[in-house]
Amino acid sequence: MRWMWIDRIAELDKGRRCVAVKNVSLAEEHLHDHFPAAQERRALPVHPATLIIEGFAQTAGILVGHARDFKEKVILAKIGKATFSRDVTAGQTLFFTAELERIDDTGASTHGTIEVIDQTDVVSNTAAPRQPVGEITMMFSHIDRNMQGLDFPDRNFVFTDQFFDLLHNSGIEI
Amino acid sequence: MSMSPEEVFEKIQEVLVDALGVDDDEVTPNATLTGDLGAESIDFLDIVFRLEKAFDIKISQGELFPDNVLQDPQYVQDGKVTEKGIAELKERLPHADFSDFEQDPDVNKVGEIFTVDAICKFVQSKLQA
Repeated sequence: MRWMWIDRIAELDKGRRCVAVKNVSLAEEHLHDHFPAAQERRALPVHPATLIIEGFAQTAGILVGHARDFKEKVILAKIGKATFSRDVTAGQTLFFTAELERIDDTGASTHGTIEVIDQTDVVSNTAAPRQPVGEITMMFSHIDRNMQGLDFPDRNFVFTDQFFDLLHNSGIEI
Repeated sequence: MSMSPEEVFEKIQEVLVDALGVDDDEVTPNATLTGDLGAESIDFLDIVFRLEKAFDIKISQGELFPDNVLQDPQYVQDGKVTEKGIAELKERLPHADFSDFEQDPDVNKVGEIFTVDAICKFVQSKLQA
């Protein structure tokens, strides 16, 4: 079982762009450890930036995999840049927008943005434009074409049924 | 596009600072990508993508860093580049200096063939083409 850090794919434009959403919830245990109450303050549930990066990696990974019909094993190889300007907490929805900059046989370069909507704004019907959270640049390797000539198993252990179920349940058939 | 060697160097310096997270004063003409600037294999791909964007040029796969040589089992065995592999690399990279690499042809050290100056020469030749 792989941890999925995106809930749905909202848009998948082959070889160009993928948008995914994730709802952040207090039912997720990690929010209670990040950060628990301390002597002089109450608990501060913040969705960790590392998991935002993983969510973006899954979004961009689908984009890169889809570009080559999921035939390649697409592995996150490098985070060029990851900047964050806002904390994300329970009751908010994350938007991951990944764009493909360049792809060739050995790998791909992506960049994109993270945004958030606060669901309380939606309930109160106040304007809820997406607020910027951060920017990421990320590179992926097609690992069967790695420079060191290492062998990996034939089966595609990156794009398992879990990913295809996610696409299917998002209304995307490939 | 007409650019002086100094302009090319400055742009390449910027590319390497962004791609490798090094300081600009570390990017000297003689600095090697892996040895001095800490580049790993995926960084080569990153550098190629960034050079294309910075100079508006097209670099075919394997043109600057001949990766398809290093993926070929007859050229790389047990993490070492074979004699045949070195001969192939020399043919593909006529301007590079292989004397140190031949002493210890560890595939992870192949980047030491690539100096900042070698990249500058490569880009200049592309711009003139």
